[in-house]
Amino acid sequence: MNKCKKFIYMYIDGFKNMTLGKTLWKIVFIKLAVILIFLKYFIHDKTIKTEYITKEEKIDFVYKNITKE
Amino acid sequence: MEESLVDWSRAQFALTAIYHWLFVPLTLGLGFIIAFMETIYVKTGDVFWKRTTKFWMTLFAINFAIGVATGIIMEFEFGTNWANYSWFVGDIFGAPLAVEGILAFFMESTFFAVMFFGWDKVSRGFHLLSTWLVAIGSNLSALWILVANGWMQFPTGMKFNPDTVRNEMDNFWDVLFSPVAVSKFLHTIASGYIVASLFVVGISAWYLLKKRDTLFAKRSMIVGATFGLITSIFIILTGDESAHQVALKQPVKLAAMEGLYEGREQAGIVAVGALNPKKTLDNEEEVFLFEFEAPYVLSLLGYHDINAFVPGLKDLVYGNEKYNIESAQSKIDKGKIAIEALKNYKEAKRNNDMLKANEYQSILEENMQYFGYGHLKKPEDIVPPIAITFYTFHLMVALGTWFLVLFALLLYFTLKKEIMEYKLLLKSAVFSIPLGYIASEAGWVVAEVGRQPWAIQDLMPVGVAVTNISSTNVQITFFLFAFLFTALLIAEIKIMLKQIKIGPNGGH
Repeated sequence: MNKCKKFIYMYIDGFKNMTLGKTLWKIVFIKLAVILIFLKYFIHDKTIKTEYITKEEKIDFVYKNITKE
Repeated sequence: MEESLVDWSRAQFALTAIYHWLFVPLTLGLGFIIAFMETIYVKTGDVFWKRTTKFWMTLFAINFAIGVATGIIMEFEFGTNWANYSWFVGDIFGAPLAVEGILAFFMESTFFAVMFFGWDKVSRGFHLLSTWLVAIGSNLSALWILVANGWMQFPTGMKFNPDTVRNEMDNFWDVLFSPVAVSKFLHTIASGYIVASLFVVGISAWYLLKKRDTLFAKRSMIVGATFGLITSIFIILTGDESAHQVALKQPVKLAAMEGLYEGREQAGIVAVGALNPKKTLDNEEEVFLFEFEAPYVLSLLGYHDINAFVPGLKDLVYGNEKYNIESAQSKIDKGKIAIEALKNYKEAKRNNDMLKANEYQSILEENMQYFGYGHLKKPEDIVPPIAITFYTFHLMVALGTWFLVLFALLLYFTLKKEIMEYKLLLKSAVFSIPLGYIASEAGWVVAEVGRQPWAIQDLMPVGVAVTNISSTNVQITFFLFAFLFTALLIAEIKIMLKQIKIGPNGGH
């Protein structure tokens, strides 16, 4: 239990005492926001997953594309 | 399908891959360099090495943090822009990427935190173990990505299921230990080690030129140059195996790498040369404006036999009976048979005619290895962009040779002479940092452009792999990514330079 506490405090102290790390975290979050929110909802709002729900529909879609039907 | 959509999707993926690959190689190599330095610290107890480790670790963290998530964008693009491809490859591509995700997430995130937050809070041994595990973990991540890429270059260990139109994994070990995947992994990680070594020796050289932190710089130089020299020798061996695999599995790529139009025995390799831009497959123009050739070397590299016949682009496009090389037209015909068999199989299945379905399945299986050829319009379509493939290949080889010489000289002069007196050598080391990235990127370009038009070698051309979405969307994301990635790169360089100027005594 003691070891577990020490391990958790290592993280807490580490995050608290970060200097350069804070800037780096901000960059990571901005990037993830762009990728996961902006792109997903505003650019790629239509994908094979959103357009075709069942497995059969997806198979049919890809089948038509790869056989040029 | 719009032509521009295919081109924009290609451009977008190339852009993402090129930017992603600016961050990855340093992570792969610097992780090990840090681990070596910390090992010296733990062995000797000398705090100088602890400070040195911490400095390089800070630069490692900057690169790691900025680079996080460019890989995620690539995986995202598989689903959005390359839906046909993603479905067609099925679990073969998904399984290695899933393993990579789990490994990267658990290993790297756990031990990465210990490596940064754990100084003086965990035992020296456990800290050292964490540093090594971060280095090993990032290289294991690369393994799975490169296994997936190796499969695209040489599909193996799978069976096509006509009911699901997916390739299903038949033999995991064939996929993992495919000779293409193994040689690709070793060659690629070695290029990362060289980039990291150049980074360490280049920054150390800058300190020496500035006459500051000289002991730190000299010792770092020794570690970086030693690692770089060993890896440079290793990369020659893995490069030889890569070329051999390309000769066996992707002969069109090899011919493009060498600008070889007419196949020949005892083929030489072009040491230096300029392609004639007027040359095409169907004219008699000279191939090169000028060239210096090393005789026999291409036959030796490609087939490990100085007398071997190396097929040229014309042999591969139009066929060569003497050497039993099938023409692309014949493969296109077989590909069309495979596509037709798949259609007929589906039709028979719809009509519940199992006898017919089995018959068409046999025809499909017989011709499946040519499936992708059925989508090509003409035999000449199998030829990739020759000039890009040729020049990037030769640039990579030339720079690789320079790095070997540079590491050897730096190591010799640091150990045996007073390195600070050799300013030109030190300046060369500084200027070689970007050259390392250029060489590594050139390697990717050879591998990826050289295998065009294939998304999956022989099975699926890029024109079929792409998702039929609005090309405007792809254009918007292209420019958005270009802006985002460039901003991130500028941020990385600025933060790095600031940290380098602070130096090893500034803490982290």
